[in-house]
Amino acid sequence: MIKIVKRDQPSRAIFFLTPILAIFLTLVAGGLIFYILGFKPFEALKFFFIVPIADKYGFSELLLKATPLCLIAIGLSFCFKSNNWNIGAEGQLTFGAIVSGGVALLFYEQEGFYILPIVILAGAIGGMLYASIPAILKTYFNTNEILVSLMLVYVSKLILDYLVVGPWSNPEGFNFPETRQFSDSARLPLLFEGLRIHAGIFLALAAVVISWFVFYKTYLGFQMKVSGFSLKTAKYAGYKGKKMIILVFLISGACAGLAGVGEITGPIGQLHREVSPDYGFTAIIVAFLGRLHPVGIIFASLVVAITYLGAETAQIFMQIPKYTGQVFQGMILFFLLASDYLLFFKFKFIGSKK
Amino acid sequence: MHKFFIRSFVSSLVLLFTFTVAAIAKDVKAAFVYIGPTGDHGWTYQHDVGRKAVEAAGFKTTYVEGVPESADAERVLRQLANSGHDVIFTTSFGYMNPTNKVAKEFPNVKFEHATGYKREHPNVSTYAARFYEGRTILGTIAGTMTKSNVIGYVASFPIPEVIRGINSFTLAAQKVNPNIKTKIVWAFTWYDPGKEAEAAKALIDQGADVIAQHTDSTAIVQIAEKAGVYAFGQASDMDKFAPKAVLTSVENNWGPYYVDRVKAVANGTWSQKDTWHGIGDGMVVISDLDSQMPADLRSKVKKLQADLASGKVHSFTGPIYDQKGNLMVAEGKTADDGMLAGMMTYVKGVEGDIPK
Repeated sequence: MIKIVKRDQPSRAIFFLTPILAIFLTLVAGGLIFYILGFKPFEALKFFFIVPIADKYGFSELLLKATPLCLIAIGLSFCFKSNNWNIGAEGQLTFGAIVSGGVALLFYEQEGFYILPIVILAGAIGGMLYASIPAILKTYFNTNEILVSLMLVYVSKLILDYLVVGPWSNPEGFNFPETRQFSDSARLPLLFEGLRIHAGIFLALAAVVISWFVFYKTYLGFQMKVSGFSLKTAKYAGYKGKKMIILVFLISGACAGLAGVGEITGPIGQLHREVSPDYGFTAIIVAFLGRLHPVGIIFASLVVAITYLGAETAQIFMQIPKYTGQVFQGMILFFLLASDYLLFFKFKFIGSKK
Repeated sequence: MHKFFIRSFVSSLVLLFTFTVAAIAKDVKAAFVYIGPTGDHGWTYQHDVGRKAVEAAGFKTTYVEGVPESADAERVLRQLANSGHDVIFTTSFGYMNPTNKVAKEFPNVKFEHATGYKREHPNVSTYAARFYEGRTILGTIAGTMTKSNVIGYVASFPIPEVIRGINSFTLAAQKVNPNIKTKIVWAFTWYDPGKEAEAAKALIDQGADVIAQHTDSTAIVQIAEKAGVYAFGQASDMDKFAPKAVLTSVENNWGPYYVDRVKAVANGTWSQKDTWHGIGDGMVVISDLDSQMPADLRSKVKKLQADLASGKVHSFTGPIYDQKGNLMVAEGKTADDGMLAGMMTYVKGVEGDIPK
């Protein structure tokens, strides 16, 4: 007989094992779905997870795709660890892209080493400004940050629409909704000839290192964790809650803004209506799959990035509908949340009583 | 003997050549990149109907749907070019820069970009349809069928393509009914059922009893059906979604062009082109006319359709005035393609300003 028993303490080993379990279950369920759809499951999984990254180009595309996800998820981990539910990273990304894109357009057809740093900084500031809105409203007016940050996503997309359709649209572009191409000095340098992977990856890696340092080596990181476990305890300990809320939102906004900069000054090279295929939302999955741990987030961003690439490859070579990529992302999150049950409960095998 | 050898050598060469050409011709593979899901109506669906025509003509095809116009488009294009596709159709405006960028790296692959204007490399062609001809038909019907003399028009983005449609629609409606006014609502989307429905409701509230649309969803015709006003289908025949409201639809018919171009690749006769086909070439198709329309209107429309196809009638024949009363096209003249391609002013009779 099997009995389900509550654990005295959440298991630390299980805490890091469940993401792997979730990925495994996703593969099994994915294979099953492919089978039901009439595809050979192993071949489909091969085209989904192995073929896209089998060569140098594919691998560089994986890193390119994972960079914004990792960057945003690192920023979000500051918020989520301290119990601040910033759902609006997509908006912060968009607003960061708007501000940095605007600056890049100011330097249209100009050259100079100083342009790129200004453009990058502008993006970070843009993201911070945009994240400060839900933060200030939460601290001083007690609003719900989930709603405010989420709604601001749509506001930012409308602002972007307005700008690229109207005042910032390319004067030579027949009024199509896009800006001019940025000058080379406003573009992130490419790391290898012929590949799209750009210097933005260093921003993501820097964010990983800094976040690890803050979380595990500073008093601030400790405060965040305590607030995450129990707000009452944090208050009792006399931590300045309001300041911290604003700080984590600013960090999160800066990271999302930088991700926006990476997209527009990296592979895209201009502003148009579709700067991000919802990286800000997908990064929420990445943050949780990575257990809000910097190293975990690196791996999680790679895993989620491959679901995008795999969906394309599977459609090109096997005509599997591309939207299965989103199904996989959903399944990973679902299995992760479901297997969290094991954190707090365990199965006990008891011999049947006679 | 000597001659015999030469002859047989030459003939075997010719034979070999023919076989190789035949083998190459059979192996041509076409790829299609779509902005949305293939679905059952609308922009992407019509491109996929075109792709199926290419398949029916005996060529292999591949498609990738739901490719965002973000950084992802370039990767999909490169992957298609890299995996043995000879011609790639990119079916949304936002693929313009990635298409040209990837075309540079794959000079042996042909690229066909829909609705764009950049042809930076010899292996990039562009194509679009003269949808404004279809809108001339819709305007004629709307001007005749309206009782309130207010016609609603749900527009997407203030680009020449859309402005041109509004103008040709309004000009045709004025011709049959000088008192009509066209009211525009800008939805700023190509596909968003919620926004489109709101726009349609707003127009109906303002007294419009015929609604035209330059957006992709069926929300507008369905709202029209509920409100008891007339509407027109966009891209696909939308009659089945709103049988009472839809008088006719302007269908996008890409099949003939796609088959043509893929065959050209197979024959080795493909060359860079900027194609702009209308009713005459069958790229723009008018669906069945609804029986609610009076018989004389239906025959008038049939005749107009034939005249647009033959070139006897042009959608933009002068005199045409803009909103301020300035002459745009003189009497007896027609607007040239350059003017049509850059059209950014409303004609007289359209209400409101173009959003800036």
